[in-house]
Amino acid sequence: MAGAAVLGRLTWLVGEVTDAAFETPRVRSLVLDVPGWPGHRAGQHVDVRLTAEDGYQAQRSYSIASAPEGERVVLTVERLDDGEVSPYLVDEVRAGDPFELRGPIGGYFVWEVGLGGPLLLVAGGSGVVPLMAMVRHRQAVGSSVPMRLLYSSRTLEDVIYREELERLAGARDGLEVVHALTRDQPPGWPGYARRIDAEMLREVAWDDARAQAFVCGPTRLVESVAGELVALGYDPSRVKTERFGPAGT
Amino acid sequence: MEDADLRLDGNAAAGLLGEIFVREVTVAVGTCAACGNRAELGAVHVYMHAPGVVLRCPRCEAVLMRIVQAESRCWLDVRGVRSLEL
Repeated sequence: MAGAAVLGRLTWLVGEVTDAAFETPRVRSLVLDVPGWPGHRAGQHVDVRLTAEDGYQAQRSYSIASAPEGERVVLTVERLDDGEVSPYLVDEVRAGDPFELRGPIGGYFVWEVGLGGPLLLVAGGSGVVPLMAMVRHRQAVGSSVPMRLLYSSRTLEDVIYREELERLAGARDGLEVVHALTRDQPPGWPGYARRIDAEMLREVAWDDARAQAFVCGPTRLVESVAGELVALGYDPSRVKTERFGPAGT
Repeated sequence: MEDADLRLDGNAAAGLLGEIFVREVTVAVGTCAACGNRAELGAVHVYMHAPGVVLRCPRCEAVLMRIVQAESRCWLDVRGVRSLEL
């Protein structure tokens, strides 16, 4: 095919769903077996391509949620109601189904323990997915790099990976998880009950010139958080961002 | 919806760039031809809602690169990048 002429090292692979589980009513994790998968780094993403019977193709990017140390590739996908790809991945696809993907993609928004810390991770909604790969990577290699995750969700039910984060933070080995619930909070909620703002970042962010920050979520959240971190003294080159586009929190 | 809501990072275009370049260019440092700002391509602004993909300088918003794909062909306009350090 003529298209192959413009292709670099990135080629389409076929992954097969081996397991799937809902993280929240709108978010599902898919465990994939991908023959030929070259391995990935925490923070990278894949492009997923679906082809309809009439040949129509739709392609979207999804972050990898699994640690590089795992054998399987895990994607966590949030259903966008007017989406072309996510409703299929969240509601339709089942174990044994194949779909095309290519990756891993992106060398910019990545972290591995060798890069050190302390690390500040800031997530809005499903922006937690690539950051979870970093959390899981740190855990998988038994690293003691100090890591703080500040994670904004609408309600407690919308918190992705809630139990796993609770368990990992409960080990008190240098991972701290701080939740902000923006819309509704259960009675006696001990965490933040508002959107992430300058004051919250002042309280949570590391006061350490070596600190690195990774911020992922809807565009407006990412831009305001990145701006506040720079105002707090973070060097802009140590604040890496991944904007999701116009999906509100 | 404002343009600012549609802004993404260069990282979002990494798959497309990976089709064109053999090296991983989101970690390459590009120099803006308009203002001289240097930034990793993964950190520049990207707009993907147009018929093509547009990369803009995060400092002056000048166009760095435009990429248009149709069928099996691809057009790459890099006039806004003075140099790319790989």
